[in-house]
Formats: sequence, C-alpha cells, structure tokens
Amino acid sequence: MNFPTTRQVRWLIKPVWFLACLAPFVWLTLAVFGLAGLSLGADPIEETQDFIGIWALRLLLVTLALTPLRLLTGQVWLIQLRRMTGLYVLFYVSIHFLNYLIPDQGLDLGAITEDIVERSFITLGIAALTCLIVLGITSTHGWRRRLGRRWQKLHRLVYAIGILACTHFWWQVKLDTLEPTIYAGILAVLLGVRVYFRLIKNRKAQQS
Amino acid sequence: MLIKKPRNIKSSDITPESVYLNRRKLLQAAGLSGTAALLPQVTRAADIPARYRKLEGIIKSPYSTSQEPNPFEDVSTYNNFYEFGTNKSDPVDNSGNFKPQPWSVTIDGAAEVTGTFSFEDIMAPHTLEERTYRLRCVEAWSMVVPWVGIPLGDLLKRFKPTSNAKYVAFETIVRPSEMPGQHRPILDWPYREGLRIDEAMHPLTILATGLYGVELPNQNGAPLRLVVPWKYGFKSIKSIVRISFTETMPYTSWSDALPGEYGFYANVNPEVDHPRWSQARERPIGAGFFASKIPTLMLNGYAEQVAGLYTGMDLAKNF
Repeated sequence: MNFPTTRQVRWLIKPVWFLACLAPFVWLTLAVFGLAGLSLGADPIEETQDFIGIWALRLLLVTLALTPLRLLTGQVWLIQLRRMTGLYVLFYVSIHFLNYLIPDQGLDLGAITEDIVERSFITLGIAALTCLIVLGITSTHGWRRRLGRRWQKLHRLVYAIGILACTHFWWQVKLDTLEPTIYAGILAVLLGVRVYFRLIKNRKAQQS
Repeated sequence: MLIKKPRNIKSSDITPESVYLNRRKLLQAAGLSGTAALLPQVTRAADIPARYRKLEGIIKSPYSTSQEPNPFEDVSTYNNFYEFGTNKSDPVDNSGNFKPQPWSVTIDGAAEVTGTFSFEDIMAPHTLEERTYRLRCVEAWSMVVPWVGIPLGDLLKRFKPTSNAKYVAFETIVRPSEMPGQHRPILDWPYREGLRIDEAMHPLTILATGLYGVELPNQNGAPLRLVVPWKYGFKSIKSIVRISFTETMPYTSWSDALPGEYGFYANVNPEVDHPRWSQARERPIGAGFFASKIPTLMLNGYAEQVAGLYTGMDLAKNF
C-alpha cells in the first residue's frame, strides 16, 4: 500500500481536510443570511442548534475513527488529522453552546442555571463541553511535552466525551430514538475496536 | 353558562418592546434588513399557493385573538405530524400523496345518532368561522394560526349524546401507503386523542377544515382536525376518521407512549414543567434569530374562558 509523503500530508491532505471540516460552518453562515437559496426555516434557532450539534457529533465520531482506521490500514499519517478534527469538534460545540446561551435563552442566567441543574441532558452537554475545552487547551505541542505520559491519559477523556454526547442526544429526543441509536451504535463499534486491539496486544505480550 | 369574551392580548404585551426595538437596532446596525432568517414576515393572500381551494362563507369570530398570525409559510412547513415523519419538515415533504377526498367520519358510542357520514354531510349544516388562536406546542414553541372551522360542540349535539357520554375520543386515519411515517411503530397507530365532554362542548374547541381562508394543507391535518387552543398542540388530533362518545377516559397516544411526560389533560401550564424541559417560557416561531423566549401564559392565555372547567383539580397531578 502506498503512503502519502510528509509533504503531501502537509500541503495537500491537511488543507483539504481543513476545508471539508469547515463545510458545515459555511452552510450555516449562508443559511443564516438566506444566501445561496439556503434557509433555516421557521425556527432558525432550533435548526441551528440541531444542525451544528449533529455535525459536532459526526466529527467527534470521525476523530474517534482515525485510530481504528490507522490500526486496520496501517496508514500512520491519519493520526496527523486527529488534532485538527478534534479542534473542529470544540469549535462546533462552542457554537452549539453559544446559540443556546444567547439566541435561545437570551442570556437569562436564572433559566440557564435551572436548566443545567435540573435537566439531565443539558448537564451532560455542559460536562462534555468542559472536557472538550480541557482537551482543546492541552492539544498544543507545548502542553504535550509538559504533560509527558499523562497527556495520553488525559486525552482518553475523549471516550467519555463520546458517551456524554450520545447520551445528551438520546435524552433530548421526544420519542423517536432511531437517530441517536445509530450514533450510539457507531460509537460502540469505535470503542469496541479499541478494546479488541488492546486484547490482541495483551495476548501477544503474554506469548512473547 | 356565561361565556366570557377573550381578553385581547396585544403582541406588544408578549414581546417586550425593548426586545423588538433592540432587534431592529441590531438589524439596522448590521445592515441586514432584507435577510431571510432574521426578520418576521407577514402573509398576504398572494403568498398562499393557488392549489389550495378557497373556502366560502367564512364569518369572523369574537374568540379570535388580535395577534398577528404567523405567515402561511411557517404554519404549513413547520409541523409535528408523525404519520409523515418525525422532523418538522417531514409533513410538508412527505404528505403530497395523501388523499383527503373522499372522506368519511364514523360517529359511534353513547349517542342516539351513530353511523358513518361523508365529510360533506358532516359539515353541511354549519357555518365556517375564522378562529385565530395561539398554538402552544409541548416542545415550548408557539405560533398564531388563523384556523377556519366549526365549534365542535355544535357538531356533537347533532348526534344527541346520551348521559353516558362522559368523554369524546378521536382517531386519526391509518393509511401507511400515503403516510410513510406509519411504517414505523413510533406511536401505536392509529393516533388517538380524547377530551372530557365538557371540554369538547366548550365554545373555544373547534373542528378545523381550513386555515388562512383555504382548505387545510395535508400537513396540517386535512381534511378535518381538532383545535383545542388551551391545550398543548398534540391534543389537537389531525385527519380524524372516528369520533366516539365514551363513558370512561379514552386511550390517548402520547400519554400511553410516555405516561410520565404526557398526561390526558395536557393543559398549557407554565408552572408544571415537562420532566426534561421547562414550560415556563416559549419561543414564538417566525420571530427570527433575535427573538427572546416569551413567558407562557396559564392555559395558553385562555384561562378566563376555560379555567372554570378545572375548578378544584390539582393541575400538577392531572397534567
């Protein structure tokens, strides 16, 4: 199998990936201003919330798919897309949160506090955002060096974020749980693959 | 019974002036006054597609609110009608093959006159009224809709309900070939709803056959639907094929699916939260990006007319 060169990854694959991840944001911006024939419909605040939320979840699952893909295909360069994709997840979740905070709640602190305390799916959302911010801040080379071996441990938080995000989606659906079930299923596969590779590794270690 | 006229709630009572003034300032500042998602719109007759047949002989009603209705576009594209799918745009996208004509309705149960009647026979003796009502969804959004219909009580009386008729049950048509959402058992089809007989007889309760002066679009529950403006929208069952007078409280779809979240009464009540979200405020649909939520009114602002139906009842228990 052919591997792209370092130059190809840096000057071709990463820029293309950057633009691909930006596409939902471009679509949203156009729709907000009613450009290019796009529209957010009768309830733009909710449409924004659902659209940006689902894309954050999709990109989170893509981030989590990169390592299993590498293990299955041997394409090591895939790991170089991980940080950028993860930061996009943080970007989209931040829009999701700000859309909730300002257009949706009108910065009504009483209502927001009540939501966070009383409504489980919002509590989970806030927890996931907090974890994402921690991972975002510590995603730099400097932090990676400073934290050493602990960096890897800390960044395993992304598995918890995946579970929080899927549950957050599940709990806010009124009745039809088909869509959240599909996303939870994909997450289960992505986490399951990791467990599988870990078991194989352990067995090999025992044998040798 | 003394029927009080509605207290007219002006739109300025609901959206605080500071909010809409701010909104205008923001828009002017941003130079965005022509953009789609950001500004409220008003429907003119020309905005209603010509394929919808105009209804004749509609009279005005003192029960209408003076609030500005949502544009036809909002009312006909933002719908919950799970028979056509669970997304808000599914009903308009998936209801094109639905045939609301010919139509008949079966009336049965505790009444002297029962049987199956054509839509035309059902409607013939009645005069259509325009009833512009607030609609509050259990999902905490709201609209104002200019319904066209008849008082349900006037219709029910023609069938001479007996003293055993304590409740009225309603059923939606089951037609999976034309209603793709019915291929999946999201709810236990047919969709069913019910009212206490005094709620059904209340003059605010109507059977709607149209909106904006034209026949109901399929996605809004053609050809015949219930509208109970002081209850959450899911009580207002669509595309009705059966009306039954019953002695016991009838089966209702949502309270059966999630009994902890939806009750038989489902009266709009800002003090009783849904277990997963607050009902204290609501988002007016169509007000754009800069519209704040507005406080939800007790019984959706119809308390003066209907609070008497619930005297002595614990509304937190009977949600």
